[in-house]
Amino acid sequence: MSHSPDKRWKALIVDDEELARHVIREFLESHPEIAVAAECANGMEALKAVAEHKPNLIFLDVQMPKLTGFDVLELIGTDVPVIFVTAYDQYAMRAFDVHAVDYLLKPIGRERFDAAVERAKGRLGEKMPSAQELAAAARPPQQFLERLVVKDGTRVTLIPVAKLDYAEAQDDYVALATQGKKHLKQQTIAGLEAGLNPDNFVRIHRSYIVNLERVVRIEPYGKDSRLAILGDGTRLPVSRAGYARLKALLDERK
Amino acid sequence: MHPLLTRNRLGLYLLGWIPLAAIVVLLMSAGGNLTWLESALIVVPLCVLYAFICLSAWYTAKSLPIRGESALRLIGVHTLAAALVSYFWMGLGWVLVAFLGKTSAFQGLDRRFAPQAPILFGAGYLLYSLAVASHYVILSLEASRQAEARMMEVNILARDAELKALKAQINPHFLFNSLNSISALTSIDSSRAREMCVLLGDFLRLTLGLGEKTAVRFSEELDLLEKYMAIEKVRFGDRLRMQETIQEDSKTCLLPPLLLQPLVENAVKHGIASLPEGGEIRLAAERQNGRLAIVVENSWDPEAPPRRSGGRGLENVQRRLEARYGKDASLRVNTEGELFQVSLSLPAESGESA
Repeated sequence: MSHSPDKRWKALIVDDEELARHVIREFLESHPEIAVAAECANGMEALKAVAEHKPNLIFLDVQMPKLTGFDVLELIGTDVPVIFVTAYDQYAMRAFDVHAVDYLLKPIGRERFDAAVERAKGRLGEKMPSAQELAAAARPPQQFLERLVVKDGTRVTLIPVAKLDYAEAQDDYVALATQGKKHLKQQTIAGLEAGLNPDNFVRIHRSYIVNLERVVRIEPYGKDSRLAILGDGTRLPVSRAGYARLKALLDERK
Repeated sequence: MHPLLTRNRLGLYLLGWIPLAAIVVLLMSAGGNLTWLESALIVVPLCVLYAFICLSAWYTAKSLPIRGESALRLIGVHTLAAALVSYFWMGLGWVLVAFLGKTSAFQGLDRRFAPQAPILFGAGYLLYSLAVASHYVILSLEASRQAEARMMEVNILARDAELKALKAQINPHFLFNSLNSISALTSIDSSRAREMCVLLGDFLRLTLGLGEKTAVRFSEELDLLEKYMAIEKVRFGDRLRMQETIQEDSKTCLLPPLLLQPLVENAVKHGIASLPEGGEIRLAAERQNGRLAIVVENSWDPEAPPRRSGGRGLENVQRRLEARYGKDASLRVNTEGELFQVSLSLPAESGESA
């Protein structure tokens, strides 16, 4: 890719279909100020390319293998203007509208494309809305997270929700405990709670969400509180309100 | 519940007994031993009672369905029942006569009744037999009405499933992505773009055409799949590979239209599209021992991000199979590691598509 001095913009095109990337590349030819820094066929490649090229505009397909466009946004942070691209997804479209995020619909039209690029350029320096909020808004009603995406340094870990033992709030992060390991993720515990199926996960404490499947027994602890004992021996504090929620859920299951 | 024991029907039934009772009254007084009035006094209360006794024929008729029992057993049981019931009825007649005979107005009634008693027995026998026959008629009417209702239900289900399948058929995702591919091709390779337009047109036409039929030949469904795969191949390029093992014999089998297309579409959408390097879809069909076995198999990523509308395609196919074949067809899903397999088994029917 050329790096002539007048090309102030570095763009990334992320789509798993070659032909779809081609359309965007072709449309970008009439925007001489924008250079295509890299094309990526999946989310993992996109993460690498973001680290390597530090682009200031990303065209991001929503439906991709391994990592969705929302996952990618979550992992790269919200400093770069992103233009989402999707074929048809009524919930995603509504979420984009609500959060004023630019998106293009396939087949992509030239005018709409140009308008989105112009808007994106004007937005440089503005933060994107939180990826988690956006993803939550794009989820169809009554559908919950099926997996969690965590980045440890450059490594991306996918945690299926069923394998999550419990989550613990730690300042701006949540520690996700799964199979004896803990992964830190930048998210509030309330935000995480909202995405989890309330039939399987309970907020047992201000700082803890537990996977109901893992709870072996509840023991009294101190005057007003209790301890939840998990299958692996982990002891988690249960507040009074948390115990009420836990009990309601367990009664429901009987 | 007895079908005649509703207010309207019971009234009609009892009304039907009036001429029967009149005939019995005439028969009993015919010998000249009993006056017309005496006969009526004995017969009318007996008939009212007998009308209810005869309702019991329902239970014997029900427990002895006409198909399924030997004729000998059927006749034996009902003859015996008729004899017993009418004998009992005659006994009731004697009780009534003895009771009436005690009054001064009907002195010696029992003596005059005696020669007529066998007529009462015979009438009772015939009336009971008539009741048995009518109950069998009611039973068969009910059975046919139920069968009709069941047929209607199956038809409605099938139609409903068909409609839903058709609606799901033209998947907007597929359509928009294909159009985007065409849009890309117009500047890369315009003749391929045109080819793709033709493929898409053919696919839509075939879908609409097949959707109007109730059964199509497997070969027709395969043609549609070929178009579909050709279009997806343009989108996915080398990521999409297809392997078909279709036994020649199986191609003439009939199946509900657009039964396989959703399965192959699922294999593309949830399988190939979830794998960065793509994968293979294997379609196998075999006709053996009067059954048609079809297997759609694809590689997939079990940890793939959830796709919208997952599983609805499978459910739809299952419902259509059920509506068409009842328990005679099956759909099994087998996921083993990175292999996703759907196996169909249905009766192998041959014929022309219609």
